[in-house]
Amino acid sequence: MASLKDLRNRIASVKATQKITKAMQMVAAAKLKRAQEAAEAARPYAERMGAVLANIAGAVAGNDAPPLMAGTGKDDTHLLVVCTAERGLCGGFNSQIAKLAREHIRALLGQGKTVKVLCVGKKGYDALRRDYSKHIIDRVDLRDVKKIGFENAHEIARKVIGLFDKGEFDVCTLFYSEFQSVMSQVPTAQQIIPAAVPAGEEAATSSDAVYEYEPEAAAILADLIPRNISVQIFRALLENAAGEMGAKMTAMDSATRNAGEMIDKLSITYNRQRQAQITKELIEIISGAEAL
Amino acid sequence: MADAFKFDLVSPERLLFSQEVESVVIPGTEGEMTVMAAHAPTMTNIKPGVVTVNAAGGGSERYVVFGGFADILPEGCTVLAESAVHVDEINREDLARRIQEAREDVADAEDDHTRTRAEEFLAQLTTLEGAILPA
Repeated sequence: MASLKDLRNRIASVKATQKITKAMQMVAAAKLKRAQEAAEAARPYAERMGAVLANIAGAVAGNDAPPLMAGTGKDDTHLLVVCTAERGLCGGFNSQIAKLAREHIRALLGQGKTVKVLCVGKKGYDALRRDYSKHIIDRVDLRDVKKIGFENAHEIARKVIGLFDKGEFDVCTLFYSEFQSVMSQVPTAQQIIPAAVPAGEEAATSSDAVYEYEPEAAAILADLIPRNISVQIFRALLENAAGEMGAKMTAMDSATRNAGEMIDKLSITYNRQRQAQITKELIEIISGAEAL
Repeated sequence: MADAFKFDLVSPERLLFSQEVESVVIPGTEGEMTVMAAHAPTMTNIKPGVVTVNAAGGGSERYVVFGGFADILPEGCTVLAESAVHVDEINREDLARRIQEAREDVADAEDDHTRTRAEEFLAQLTTLEGAILPA
């Protein structure tokens, strides 16, 4: 049985932890707002890019399509770009992404394909290192980046395109967590090379007007597709940033609640023991007096 | 008084400009072009340069863009800029840094094709520097 002093210490330490988790929750809430705003600000660009891309892809005949869009014609080597957070303490956020990536890797290896992994963010690297360290070809550290800018995404995209140009892989898939709400983030796998142009969107683009292209469509497309990859990665990073903060907020909220419950339980035990001790002392005094 | 049309300038990070305008000058890769209302549908790449916007109510704004893409329709025009800043906010260090990076790209280029492209980009940047930041 723990002594009264032990219990007192225990309560004090849980209270201190609760203060920390509470503070982390509030910080996450503030950051979440900013991350959400950033994700929203980036949306118009991504949407228009998608529309333009669908439009122009329709204009370029299949044979002229640049390799980034048409692919290499094989799918032997897969590159997995796994985007996770840099920090933990955000519930199952990182492990969900890592799990999805791991399932993909296992499936691809089972089919006899070569798998290469590019880790963005420390946590994903840590999670995948254990089982698939020899598949990880590179990692990008965003630890010192306070606010994710387009440059960060652009750099990753350049790395990916550089590898593609060297013929290092045939298919590239991006793993990230889609931000749906504060409570739910959905780990998602999205193929970025060869670029999958959503067929449904094509009909949705504004008009059937015949476009003039300057320079010709193929040249624009060749320029546009690398840019689109940057945009997709940028979007993934922003979604991740918002998702991480959402997950962290939820995780820290429940941690705070758990700490509260623990304090209540410990306080009851503490009070009970204190009362028991008082009663014991009283009995001793009374029985001492009766014995006289 | 020419007709007004809608002009949007978006960068990946935010929407910079979205208003009714009278005309816009876009630095296309094939040369500058002025877009007015009811322009034929056109798509063009943009080189680093200055986008001049003449607002419908008079007055003009200038934005520096670093490459991108323009989608022009009769009813409106959208510029998707890789990176864009208002001309008043551009500073010498930022531009110098970009030029430095472009130089490194030229040095790092592994084949002729990428080198030519990097050199072209560098040349466009230096022209831009000369145009907006007189020494």
